[in-house]
Amino acid sequence: MNETGAQTGAPRAAEASGASAAEEPLLKVTGLVKHFPINKGLLRRQSGAVKAVDGIDFDVRRGETLGIVGESGCGKSTMGRLITRLLEPSSGKVEFEGKDITHLGVAGMRPLRRDVQMIFQDPYGSLNPRHTVGTIVGAPFKLQKVTPEGGVKAEVQRLLSLVGLNPEHYNRYPHEFSGGQRQRIGIARALALKPKLVVADEPVSALDVSIQAQVVNLLDDLQEELGLTYVIIAHDLSVIRHVSDRIAVMYLGKIVELADRKSLYEAPMHPYTTALMSAVPVPDPRRRGAKSGRILLKGDVPSPISPPSGCRFHTRCWKATELCTTQEPPLVALKTGHQVACHHPENAPDQAPGDKALPGAAEAVETPTL
Amino acid sequence: MSVADVPAKAIEGRSPGRIAWMRLKRDKVALTGGVVVIFLILVAVFAPQIVSLLGHPPNEFHEDLIDPDLGTPIGSFGGVSSDFLLGVEPTNGRDVFSRILYGARISLIVAFLAAFVSVVIGSLLGALAGFLGGWVDGVISRLMDLLLAFPQLLFTIALVSVVPNSLMGLEGSSVRMAVLILVIGFFGWPYIGRIVRGQTMSLREREYVEAARSLGAGRGYILIKELLPNLVAPILVYSTLIIPTNILTEAALSFLGAGVKPPTASWGKMLSDAIPIYQDDPMYMVVPGITIFITVLAFNLFGDGLRDALDPKGS
Repeated sequence: MNETGAQTGAPRAAEASGASAAEEPLLKVTGLVKHFPINKGLLRRQSGAVKAVDGIDFDVRRGETLGIVGESGCGKSTMGRLITRLLEPSSGKVEFEGKDITHLGVAGMRPLRRDVQMIFQDPYGSLNPRHTVGTIVGAPFKLQKVTPEGGVKAEVQRLLSLVGLNPEHYNRYPHEFSGGQRQRIGIARALALKPKLVVADEPVSALDVSIQAQVVNLLDDLQEELGLTYVIIAHDLSVIRHVSDRIAVMYLGKIVELADRKSLYEAPMHPYTTALMSAVPVPDPRRRGAKSGRILLKGDVPSPISPPSGCRFHTRCWKATELCTTQEPPLVALKTGHQVACHHPENAPDQAPGDKALPGAAEAVETPTL
Repeated sequence: MSVADVPAKAIEGRSPGRIAWMRLKRDKVALTGGVVVIFLILVAVFAPQIVSLLGHPPNEFHEDLIDPDLGTPIGSFGGVSSDFLLGVEPTNGRDVFSRILYGARISLIVAFLAAFVSVVIGSLLGALAGFLGGWVDGVISRLMDLLLAFPQLLFTIALVSVVPNSLMGLEGSSVRMAVLILVIGFFGWPYIGRIVRGQTMSLREREYVEAARSLGAGRGYILIKELLPNLVAPILVYSTLIIPTNILTEAALSFLGAGVKPPTASWGKMLSDAIPIYQDDPMYMVVPGITIFITVLAFNLFGDGLRDALDPKGS
């Protein structure tokens, strides 16, 4: 374990040298926007845009785990690819350790790639089937032209044992491993360059439930051991609850709620969060009846090509009023460490009392008959 | 677990290539095709040696073996004997066996080199179109459409008839062969280009490409180190399937008189020579016909087997 000590030594020394820097967030995102243009016709004229991420702000503090939740298509993966700069933001600003990385090119980003790493969703798609595990985990050293102490092979084997794989499997190919083991290979690759920030895009959603716990716990252990900061993107609320310190809830390209884990799970403020929470299955048939607060949202998420006016959730919200259709609620802190973007939050004072309810809003949800 | 207490022998992974080879070994049909292909290649390479042992020079006339009235070979089955294994040619009495062997050289050289030309141009442009997309893809794709719509056969016949007898240091049949290789190869690349383009487009979106980018990889690294190893299999399969097509094209062009110049032996030319006389000497038509059939079948069976073996979705 001596090597691990040496590894964490460097970032810690850096933190100690600037005490004020400890207050500065590791990653700061302001007004981040990503629109994917839709081109139509012979002249490829732009006829619209998919507003995947439409103005989001958040900070990631050193050493914390920020969970991002939301249903499919809400822009959480796009957001992850924007902060790792696999995609170019349309506008807004991404700062890493105070450095603006919003529009850095491939060459400009290269030194920063060491500090920001990514774990991918699909353990089958994220490893090149024609490369051995040794090549895959050793690729970061080759690309960054770093020679670790003791050589690449020794370092790769150390990383493999760090993530709980047999270092002797260095020469094997990805298809010889199970899904969980493949995800461990992906994690080993992400950790090779001793990053400061790891963005994990649905790291366990493609795995068996029994394997999910192993991988989640591995991520937890590694965070403690290596002092990592995580941004974990997932749609599984129980996974997010297990790993996160703070949680951001996304809906149609916006953050609708951002709060500490405890605060969010005990007293969610945004109606969308409330609905999401109520959808978490209770793994106990005897308690199922007691938990009758299941909120079933009707319909689908509106198209991100033309999102609803005002509050984007108003088309499916049972608390929607006329104000919600016209004015977009800002993301404000209604409690310490609890930000929400809603005119009529739950578990908090109403921000726009007395507004006329939207006709049909009450029918926006249905109570399950079971 | 430390490195010390495991056995000294390192664990070797089974590479995708080795797995494909194991699958191929189980496929008896493909293996038979492969053996025939190798046999044909060896026969073509060692044609002069084999002919000196078992036959007569391909351009040597044996008019004494020809019935002077009918112009057909004396003896049954086109004059088959222990001296002339596949009989003799009508009119001139040249040894059919040695002409088939020498014809194999022409067929295989033209087919292989034309396939090589197609594969090089097709892979390069296909990979670029698929990888870069945008206007590069637009230009290359339209070019491929254009070539696929081109009347290749007519163009080749017209071109061959105007090509001079000596060109850039080559002479006679060599000029014709070079023209055939370039023309067949050039008109063949869009087929492989489309396949490689499609494959590249789908591979480009894989997460391992994103993973490489997230490590700071540039375009060149992604194309060469990440995509190319995955393109080798389809390129290889398509090459083995384009070769029999080229053999047929070469035979067809020779049949139509646009192939190599006489007296150089060629399968297609033998077939067309056999047409006026097939009622009196059917053997002269059957021999090159069956040779072409077996060759094309062997290449196709081997190519199909190779595709099955390399298909990751196979059992």
